[in-house]
Amino acid sequence: MNMIIGLGVVLVIGILFMIFRIGNLVEVAKDKKEEEHPWNNINAILFMLFMVVGLIGFFWYSYKHMGTYEPPVASIHGEVTDNLFWITMWVTVVAFTIIFIAMFWFTYAYRYKKDRKAAFFADNHYLEITWTIVPAIVLALLIFKGLRAWNDITSPASKEAVVIEVIGQQFAWTARYPGVKDKELGHHNYKLIDASNEFGLDLTDKNSYDDFKSLTLHLPKGKEVLLKIRAKDVLHSVYLPHFRVKMDAVPGVATHFKFTPTKTTEEMRAETGNPNFNYEMACAEVCGKGHFSMRFPVIVDEPEDYEKWMASQDSWLKQNPDYLKYVPANLKEAAMIKAGMPLNNAPVQTTVTLK
Amino acid sequence: MATIDIHPHSAVDHHDEHDHGHEHHGNFWTTYVFSEDHKVIAKQFLITGMAWALIGGILSVLFRLQLGFPDANLSWLKPILGGWLTPEGKIDPEFYLALVTMHGTIMVFFVLTAGLSGTFSNFLIPLQVGARDMASGFMNMLSYWFFFASSAVMFTSLFISTGPAAGGWVIYPPLSALPQAISGSGLGMTLWLVSMALFIVSSLLGSINYITTIINLRTVGMSFTKLPLTIWAFFLTAVIGILSFPVLFGAALLLIFDRSFGTSFYLSDIYIGGEALPNQGGSPILFQHLFWFLGHPEVYIVLLPALGITSEIIATNSRKPIFGYKAMVGSMLFIAILSFVVWAHHMFVTGMNPFLGSIFTLLTLIIAVPSAVKIFNYVTTMWKGNIIFTPAMLFSIGLVSFFLTGGITGVFLGNSAIDIQLHDTYFVVAHFHLVMGSASFFGMVAGIYHWFPKMFGRMLNEKLGYIHFWVTFVGVYLVFFPMHYIGIAGFPRRYYSWTNFETFSGFADLNFLVTVAAIVTLAAQLLFVFNFIYSIFRGRMASANPWNSTTLEWTTPRLPQHGNWPGEIPTVYRWPYDYSKPGAKDDYIPQHIPYSETPESNLPHENELIKLEGVGGSAIVVEEKKH
Repeated sequence: MNMIIGLGVVLVIGILFMIFRIGNLVEVAKDKKEEEHPWNNINAILFMLFMVVGLIGFFWYSYKHMGTYEPPVASIHGEVTDNLFWITMWVTVVAFTIIFIAMFWFTYAYRYKKDRKAAFFADNHYLEITWTIVPAIVLALLIFKGLRAWNDITSPASKEAVVIEVIGQQFAWTARYPGVKDKELGHHNYKLIDASNEFGLDLTDKNSYDDFKSLTLHLPKGKEVLLKIRAKDVLHSVYLPHFRVKMDAVPGVATHFKFTPTKTTEEMRAETGNPNFNYEMACAEVCGKGHFSMRFPVIVDEPEDYEKWMASQDSWLKQNPDYLKYVPANLKEAAMIKAGMPLNNAPVQTTVTLK
Repeated sequence: MATIDIHPHSAVDHHDEHDHGHEHHGNFWTTYVFSEDHKVIAKQFLITGMAWALIGGILSVLFRLQLGFPDANLSWLKPILGGWLTPEGKIDPEFYLALVTMHGTIMVFFVLTAGLSGTFSNFLIPLQVGARDMASGFMNMLSYWFFFASSAVMFTSLFISTGPAAGGWVIYPPLSALPQAISGSGLGMTLWLVSMALFIVSSLLGSINYITTIINLRTVGMSFTKLPLTIWAFFLTAVIGILSFPVLFGAALLLIFDRSFGTSFYLSDIYIGGEALPNQGGSPILFQHLFWFLGHPEVYIVLLPALGITSEIIATNSRKPIFGYKAMVGSMLFIAILSFVVWAHHMFVTGMNPFLGSIFTLLTLIIAVPSAVKIFNYVTTMWKGNIIFTPAMLFSIGLVSFFLTGGITGVFLGNSAIDIQLHDTYFVVAHFHLVMGSASFFGMVAGIYHWFPKMFGRMLNEKLGYIHFWVTFVGVYLVFFPMHYIGIAGFPRRYYSWTNFETFSGFADLNFLVTVAAIVTLAAQLLFVFNFIYSIFRGRMASANPWNSTTLEWTTPRLPQHGNWPGEIPTVYRWPYDYSKPGAKDDYIPQHIPYSETPESNLPHENELIKLEGVGGSAIVVEEKKH
């Protein structure tokens, strides 16, 4: 079978080559004194055709599929940057269309004619100054709007912001919440990381006792969220497409991004008319074999649901009681209270005392 | 068709036609292999570059198969890919990344830097400035052979068992530094770094030669203001290369230290493969700064020669002077300077200080102004022209079209607030493939069509050229235009598959279209390769100046020998764009025709110059030495 296909391909190529050779020979034999540049008009017409069909295709597709390529937006700054995106789109599409039409129209209108002589038009300072200054002004306006948005987005988060830590590793995300008791994330150190202590939690810091781990990113609606981002192994990038959030996770360098979700998952399901809609977080910086699979589910709750969910989570220490042995003896009781562990039933503590 | 060999009544005497060393007898090795002749070296760069372009293109089709036909069984590729196919007949996800990485590396460095700059700087600089050869033929030869060694190493890396480098062409550490993170970061990455080190040596040897030749070996009368725009472009490209490639060399060297000697320039706080690495204090962001300090100028290293070539071709085939010669030079100069202060726009969301983001947004959008000026000038050059659609002209118009389409999306990406969402999505892929990849590629192809007659003394087949152009032009748009929609929808790049995400579940149709268009576009390049090889041996004989062009290379014989001009090097009297001058009998006046011979078409200030044109142009020399 393969051999037949192969033979067929060789045959077709051979025939094409023969046609090409015969065409060449005929041309040489005829030695025709035909018009100069016989293909000029055809190419000019093809350019016009390309311009018209291309522009129609571009506007038609852009209009018809408007809903499919614009992801719904669910954050305050996302609406600002989307707005900026569409302003830039209008400005550039107008400029693009004018230049595109002019360029291909010129190729058609000024195609070679035997009796025409091209204009000797080498420069015109007014024209050149105009088309230097006009783009400069338009770009300055876009920069001005863009920088204002950028400064707002990158300004320091407020003190009330909900802090959540997101950690990237090959090839999964985890989130660490500060816990309801102290609302502070405990210290971490990458040298303390092991199979269970995947955050590298430093248990000498009392803020770490009520920290808890989550395999879903829960966010409260309408509250400022500060994502503290780090990576364990290689570069990753926190990418929340619906919130217009993207920030690299860099081993050894702490990064962060603040934003305010504006729509709960339920509200988004209603808005998109898709009862199965879910927010998602992805990795946007190539990180190895499983780069494409680093999906992290995201849920936006009403603030009260969010509080309830927070309160229902077991602290990491409670889930890993073995690690109590790393807590300094004088803090042990406080740690167990904070971690929500039953005090009287404390075999670990006994063993430590016996030591 | 009017042709000019050597102008019979120029001010230069030709009585000493046989005094010069063009009877250069060498054996096969010194003539074709270790040649010091700039034209042979240019052809060596060209053919190596074309081979790389095919390899790079094939790699892209392989990964496009995965994206366009995610369910296809590719077992029929088993004889070529072997273990890189999973048992289900799919491309291995890690090999997918290797394909993407090698496609980027090959296209950016080996095709569009060496293949484009190496070919046309070498070929055109001596011919257009009026020199017998490069300043140092030996260094020029070394430049090619370092490139060849670099190519050999990179090519070898495609076949090793752990696979070639796979961390993206930007080779960001720690991924590129740790073999435990991805297998391509083992021997494959070592070979990548060795190859790039050789490549940088080659590039520097070439650039130093280009600059020296342009400054020192211009013929009598060839002042900087009379240089064709191609030469200006090659000159600025070489300057950018000399200033930026050493930084990549430094970045690569530090990466080599981190990989092999336990240093921590880029590594810190890493826990991988069940152990915490001892490295502390380094910063991966440092590498990104160093990389993009080359990486961004590299965009212009790739693009400027293409723009220079296009300027020349559009003026010639519009039969009109290039519009705004000074503005064209000025904008290239401005672009060259600005190219060094915009690098961090690749890094808005890498954790870099946001204040830096503001500065780089500002500088980045400023660079859009000279780019826009160039587009306007090209379009105005065609206005009221008398346009002849040679294949070279078609490809040049294609370049302007891509430069416009892709350049305009840069206004989005350069604006840091908008870039947050678009960064590392297909929008970026669409942007740079159009504005830099396809535009420069078209510049290169245009250059081949235009100067093929001078390179090989024969013409490329025009009809095949037209088919090649139309399939490629439409094909490139069909490949890259849909990617804008996919990018606006947020699809991240370098994804093996999007099926893990509900958000990125659509656009199977567009991805299918892109893949099919990519295959057709690649197939059209085979037509070109056929045309190229066939025409070298069997093409129609070219005349010495088939395009009725004004620049000096067309004053050489049909096939210039070693030393380029059989007689004296012509003297230059006028700028290179005297096309369709009012009053002139032909629609072009070559650069070596003195004003004293063209009283019918001289402008008033040009008549003033006649008295400076003394015997042999000696008066001109005195005047021009001041520049």
